[in-house]
Amino acid sequence: MNAIIEFENIGLRYGADEEVLSDISFSLSAGGFYFLTGASGAGKTSLLRLLYLSQRPTRGVLKLFGEDVVMMHRNRLPGFRRRIGVVFQDFRLVPHLSAHDNVALPLRLAGMDEQEIGGPVEEMLAWVGLGERADALPESLSGGEQQRVAIARAVIGRPDILVADEPTGNVDPEMAKRLLGLFEALNRLGTTIVIATHDLPLISMIGHAQMMRLDKGRLIDPTGSLRFPPRNEPAALLGRALGKPL
Amino acid sequence: MREAGRWSDRAARAARSRWLPEGRRGPMPWIIAIMMFLTILAAAAVLSLSHALRQMHGELRGGYTVQIVEANPALRADQTRRVAAMLRAEKGIGGVAVVPEAQLRAQLEPWIGTDSPPEELPIPAMIDMEAAPGTPPARIDALARRIAAIAPSARIDAHERYLGPVERLMRALMWLAAGLVALMVGVTAAVVMLAARSAHATHRATIDIMHLLGATDIQIARLFQRRMGMDAIFGGTIGLAAAGAMLWLLGTRMSAIDAELAGLVRLPLPLMLLLPLIPLGGALLAMLTARITVRRALERTL
Ligand SMILES: Nc1ncnc2c1ncn2[C@@H]1O[C@H](COP(=O)(O)OP(=O)(O)OP(=O)(O)O)[C@@H](O)[C@H]1O
Ligand SMILES: [Mg+2]
Repeated sequence: MNAIIEFENIGLRYGADEEVLSDISFSLSAGGFYFLTGASGAGKTSLLRLLYLSQRPTRGVLKLFGEDVVMMHRNRLPGFRRRIGVVFQDFRLVPHLSAHDNVALPLRLAGMDEQEIGGPVEEMLAWVGLGERADALPESLSGGEQQRVAIARAVIGRPDILVADEPTGNVDPEMAKRLLGLFEALNRLGTTIVIATHDLPLISMIGHAQMMRLDKGRLIDPTGSLRFPPRNEPAALLGRALGKPL
Repeated sequence: MREAGRWSDRAARAARSRWLPEGRRGPMPWIIAIMMFLTILAAAAVLSLSHALRQMHGELRGGYTVQIVEANPALRADQTRRVAAMLRAEKGIGGVAVVPEAQLRAQLEPWIGTDSPPEELPIPAMIDMEAAPGTPPARIDALARRIAAIAPSARIDAHERYLGPVERLMRALMWLAAGLVALMVGVTAAVVMLAARSAHATHRATIDIMHLLGATDIQIARLFQRRMGMDAIFGGTIGLAAAGAMLWLLGTRMSAIDAELAGLVRLPLPLMLLLPLIPLGGALLAMLTARITVRRALERTL
């Protein structure tokens, strides 16, 4: 099994406060589909921030694509970030760019030819149901629409890892299902998916997905060991995990 | 194919420029324009004064005039001839020339008028001469004594002495202007730095997003660099145009005076061509400052 994300005894504290994440150890295999759940304030966003290289852990080893990114020179990090698509909990759309230009941003940053950008961006916007709103600025979009633009931006570059923080928090169940289908399609193309969510029905929709639970900054591992179960373990394990009260 | 490439180049440029919001440039280009205007004027003053001083120095250094103040015209003519002959024979003394009386009268005409006959208002005879560079003052003193032996009424004046006070004034003005240039450069740098910082603060969120999407420090710094450089070039061009117009106006006023000294202060064309380097330098400074400001801020992030 090819580990694409490895956490080893990771701890994180903001400033001098208590650790918000402690002794986090797991490894996720390439091509897997993972959910991260936990109560509000449990540390889901904090964990994902480590994952999308917005924050350095205060201790432990974090490897992405087999390389230790904690000790890595910051000049090399943009290359890693480009391989990770992120749906931020607060969307983070660039306020003065249209929906179209926001979605095009990762492709432009990667230096893709302008001619090759238009088509995929329009297609992607149409897919998330915003074909008509391509020229709208974020401020004129509803919360759910902004979230869909954020998702389109995260997946447009077909990243190796997709990290999504509550990606369906602002959309109706119908749209949530559709967006999850988008993630699944991306997953079938080989992208490793990590989604933080409270939405249990959503989790149950992906049969082969695996789940991690955070409780007060610690990982509660359904297998009883600190390692996350490999993706081909019996589905019953997931069922047991889902069955636990959250 | 070529056509398409160019089109996509242009589209890419347009897209990039949209990464930072357009418009609302604020007062920055105008402040730069004013700074550039003042800096260029002060620099023009430095250049023209130093040019004039150098010119004056070359012309005045070693120049002397012997005046023979003798009322009796015959005696005066005789003394003048003998002093000139003595000076011509002297080693290290050159350019000995008796200023023709007619020329002296013509120069004095505005003061004494044309109607008084020469006998009524005698004017001194004058002999110009030049001492070789490095001639010690003692040598000139000795020469003065020998001139006095021929013409007791003779006086010898160094050209430098007449213009010494003027030269000192011009030198003081030049240093003042140079000080102003230095101050303006410092203030311009500070303004550019503040502008870069405030632009960075304004676009903080955008920068964070681009950073997290995998933009490199250089990509982000380049956006700012371009923005600030464009502002500075805009301001610099306006400042240069205004200063150019001002200098041209002063030039025409100066040539209207047509005095020798005014001619001396005029800025020669090759030096004039140095002035556009100032806004150019300003633009480079602005770009460099923007780049450093943004990169420093980015380096504090992961
Ligand atoms: N930048 C920060 N500085 C200080 N403390 C922070 C910061 N970000 C998060 N925290 C704290 O860390 C803890 C975990 O926060 P986090 O945002 O990771 O939770 P979460 O599981 O994502 O919650 P939610 O489900 O509400 O999004 C919280 O107690 C929070 O107050
Ligand atoms: Mg969160």
